[in-house]
Amino acid sequence: MTTNPFDADRPPERPRGARRRGGRNGGRQRRDESVMVPDVEFQSYYGRNIVKAPPWKHEIPAYLFLGGLAAGSGLVGVGGAARNLPRLRRGGRIAALAAVALGGGALAKDLGRPERALNMMRTVKLTSPMSVGSWILAAFGAFAGLSVVTEAGRELPDQDSLLAKTLRVADPPATIGSALFSAPLAAYTAVLLSDTAAPTWHESYRELPFVFVGSANAAAAGLALVTSPTDENAPVRAMAATGAALELGAMEVMKRRMDPLLAEPLHEGTAGRLLRASELLTAGGALGALLFGRNRAAAVVSGLALMAGSALTRFGVFEAGMESAKDPKYTVTPQQDRLEERRARGVTDDSITTAR
Amino acid sequence: MGFWNNQLSGPTDPIADAAWEEPQPRKGFFTDTSICIGCKACEVACKEWNAIPEDGLGLLGSSYDNTGSLGASTWRHVAFIEQTSERIETARESGRRLVDLGMPAVRAGGAGAPSGLNGARPGVDSDRTADAVGARGAAGTAGVTGEAGPARGATVDPTGDQAAAVAQANTAAASGTIPDFRWLMASDVCKHCTHAACLDVCPTGALFRTEFGTVVVQDDVCNGCGYCVAACPFGVIEKRQGESTVKNLGVAQKCTLCYDRLGAGQTPACAQACPTTSIKFGDLDEMRAVAHERVETLHANGFTEARLYGADPNDGVGGTGSVFLLLDEPEVYGLPPDPRVTTADLPDMFRKAGVAGLAMLALAAASFLGRRR
Repeated sequence: MTTNPFDADRPPERPRGARRRGGRNGGRQRRDESVMVPDVEFQSYYGRNIVKAPPWKHEIPAYLFLGGLAAGSGLVGVGGAARNLPRLRRGGRIAALAAVALGGGALAKDLGRPERALNMMRTVKLTSPMSVGSWILAAFGAFAGLSVVTEAGRELPDQDSLLAKTLRVADPPATIGSALFSAPLAAYTAVLLSDTAAPTWHESYRELPFVFVGSANAAAAGLALVTSPTDENAPVRAMAATGAALELGAMEVMKRRMDPLLAEPLHEGTAGRLLRASELLTAGGALGALLFGRNRAAAVVSGLALMAGSALTRFGVFEAGMESAKDPKYTVTPQQDRLEERRARGVTDDSITTAR
Repeated sequence: MGFWNNQLSGPTDPIADAAWEEPQPRKGFFTDTSICIGCKACEVACKEWNAIPEDGLGLLGSSYDNTGSLGASTWRHVAFIEQTSERIETARESGRRLVDLGMPAVRAGGAGAPSGLNGARPGVDSDRTADAVGARGAAGTAGVTGEAGPARGATVDPTGDQAAAVAQANTAAASGTIPDFRWLMASDVCKHCTHAACLDVCPTGALFRTEFGTVVVQDDVCNGCGYCVAACPFGVIEKRQGESTVKNLGVAQKCTLCYDRLGAGQTPACAQACPTTSIKFGDLDEMRAVAHERVETLHANGFTEARLYGADPNDGVGGTGSVFLLLDEPEVYGLPPDPRVTTADLPDMFRKAGVAGLAMLALAAASFLGRRR
């Protein structure tokens, strides 16, 4: 290479040959040793990300939590209605409406054009989890609202009035509607994250719905532990324990089954810290609820821990996916590996790069 | 069922799938990076025609690239990569490996490699020896000669300066010399995928498939949810941010393949402005054919590092509407090596979510039914 005085401030060249993993220029090993290709350093375009992280701010993980809380609370309300536990029924219904309203508000606030929020109802699109989710959210919100209205009908002074009678008739449909749309509301948010190019979110699509529904049940049970008296809280203590167990178990399976590189953002940095704290809070809250839930103070503390744990799970998973989109190694390395793996199997007709 | 099978992945005709009553031939780009000179006329023409706002003036310290990447206000982006002989050799080797793999294999029982390539093979093989012996550093020192030089020159039409260039290329290929430095320049653009993830996940229907098979955002419908940004496997589309005076603020923006110009039978601004014909525009079938021809010519001249990107309808996005000829691995240019439309897995995702939803109901029901008060 020629040099002249103008080249003097040329930036230092990157070291070659050495294989590195991690950081902006992690290396990788070819699997097929028989092919006479020297080990290639992991290449990127000036370390820039390939896929883009979505422009979502903290409203989105907040919604993930609130949506789950609403869905679980809906089920608490339904359970309370079915087993005639008035405090749970009322608490669950009010919590479901409040959480779904706050969550919907958070979603609208995060839009680039909040005044066009209703454009979500412009079409029904099965290929868009966000479209499907908008309809689920709208339907759940409607039934949650109706449930609170029928609940208020029970407090009317004149129970023989036409209004009171109408509301009594509307009560079972409201309950059934809440029950039908609660599970989709809790589960679709996992599909929402997974149906993206953010490597860690997409890779987690098999287990993430289980993490999220577990987390939803645990959070709602936590809220019910805080709001309901101890003589009614036996069902929600069980719900807290089973929900937390599902969340923790699914998260563990997810981390183990994922490509270790793509699981890395779940262990490291902010996301790693959030998820570790979430595990402790969820496990502690569930144990507390199960063992000491008959004590009012212990029930409240356990309930708060469960809600905090659920919120941190959502923020942690959110953060991990954002990180995985920002570093090109999470995009390039797994793609190269699966390409190599297919080529090693002799599949050479489905690559985007072709020799002719 | 055939119709539904190809709606999320695999080769298909997106215009027919979008049920256009008067479909046009699918339009596309062929960006031949081997003749890009990095003038950025495409970036400028695009900005000007589409009235894209300024989005930052600064020096990024990445060669001559000061736009960084495709985004809401950068619909054409010229990448600059500086490489020394070692990297060039690696690129040549990896391209040769693609040739050796015979990609893409012909899927439905056809013949093997086309004759043009077969003709070049002996020469290519002799290059390998030559590269191994000679290449590093000073030009023209390795005295190894290949036998296929003249035969290869036959596939191109040597006129004027091109003859000299071909002769030079032949000498380089035959003697195994590799320049000690090269600049890769590539004008990147929206891929207008056959299976466009951005379009699939758009909840408002703001993104749509045009009669030309391209993917376009309706500025007045998009509410800026940002889902398309997360879904694009190439990181093309982005939500526009900036001052409150900026046009289409908070709305997802990307290349429209100059939808307005196409409607009037015009060439997109970037292709029209390109002074070297590096950016070619036309019917996608034709673009693919030109791309195949060009890569064969380059291979025949010993440039085994040449390869196509996006020309295979069997790839993870069903083939792209923008085909590229690259001179190194895609990731070097900031392109994903094996992109897959995320919605290809969507049925499975919904299935898993369905099971999870049932598990949620079951756990809640058990908690309430299984206990006394």
